[in-house]
Amino acid sequence: MDFFTRKRSSASSAKERLRLVLIHDRTDLTPEEMEALKDDLLKTIARHIEIDPETIQIGLEKDGREQRLVADIPLRGNARRRTG
Amino acid sequence: MTAQVITVTSGKGGVGKTTAVANLANALAMDGKRVVCIDGDIGLRNLDVVMGLENRIVYDLVDVIEGRCKLKQAMIRDKRYPELYLIPAAQTRDKNAVSPSDMVRICNDLRPDADFVIIDSPAGIERGFRNSIAAADRVLVVTNPEVSAVRDADRVVGILEAEEKGSPALILNRLNPALVKNNDMLSAEDVLDLLGIQLIGIVPEDETVIIGSNRGAPVAADGKSRAGQAFRNIAKRLQGQDVPFMDLEPQGGLWSALQKITGRK
Repeated sequence: MDFFTRKRSSASSAKERLRLVLIHDRTDLTPEEMEALKDDLLKTIARHIEIDPETIQIGLEKDGREQRLVADIPLRGNARRRTG
Repeated sequence: MTAQVITVTSGKGGVGKTTAVANLANALAMDGKRVVCIDGDIGLRNLDVVMGLENRIVYDLVDVIEGRCKLKQAMIRDKRYPELYLIPAAQTRDKNAVSPSDMVRICNDLRPDADFVIIDSPAGIERGFRNSIAAADRVLVVTNPEVSAVRDADRVVGILEAEEKGSPALILNRLNPALVKNNDMLSAEDVLDLLGIQLIGIVPEDETVIIGSNRGAPVAADGKSRAGQAFRNIAKRLQGQDVPFMDLEPQGGLWSALQKITGRK
């Protein structure tokens, strides 16, 4: 690393790639299925409340050996009320 | 007294399961324990050569199951340790010759007269693997710090959990400390974080392991071998002792010499 300017260490690239592949192996969900799930969730939520699709984050996260689907959905209405 | 049945498995092949079994068995025998190893890889017998017992085989696991011999007749006594035995895999028979209930029955027959029964599972997640875990009280998963091996290990851990075998313990084999230091190999912390299971030992990459296999004399008995030391430590942990993990800082060799030259050490 002192002699060459490396893009990124190969170990961290291995870890990041494994992290993603293990999440999908464990949940048995392909990236395409995950995208479809996100779309459906957004459509359903948008029918009830006003949301900004750009600000939404939905993804699988690992907690030890457990996987969870985590969604962070800021509400437009709230933001407007707070800022008056 | 009744034996603890320990199954060593991996998912991916070639990560060092058989070497681990031979070394742990030798290390436990060195501590005065009565140990029986079972080669669970029907059709691909290997543990016998790694233990140096290939010329002593008369009967095998399938002979016991099919009633051609008594259990004791298929137990090959080790050359060095009189209380260490191997039950070899059958070499040419079909894999369906063994069932999970056969393995449970054999292990139950072995339990009263042994301290440890160690089963060498075949790679994969099929019949031989299922047989090998059927009787296990405890499962050890062997992996290398490589993407393919870690991925397959995770698959096996998932199956063990689904089968309610409890959470297995990890043996991280062939870790190269110099590569880890250079950020070119997954570290033990990385692998543990990814797999989410407990660690029972880290075995450094060590050429004495191959030399030991060549001779049919596992390195656990070699006081100078770092891998041998790592396996002896795991054997102590299996006996319930609290042994600190080895310091695996790179030492000696080209890496260290280079560091000295460049003034980094």
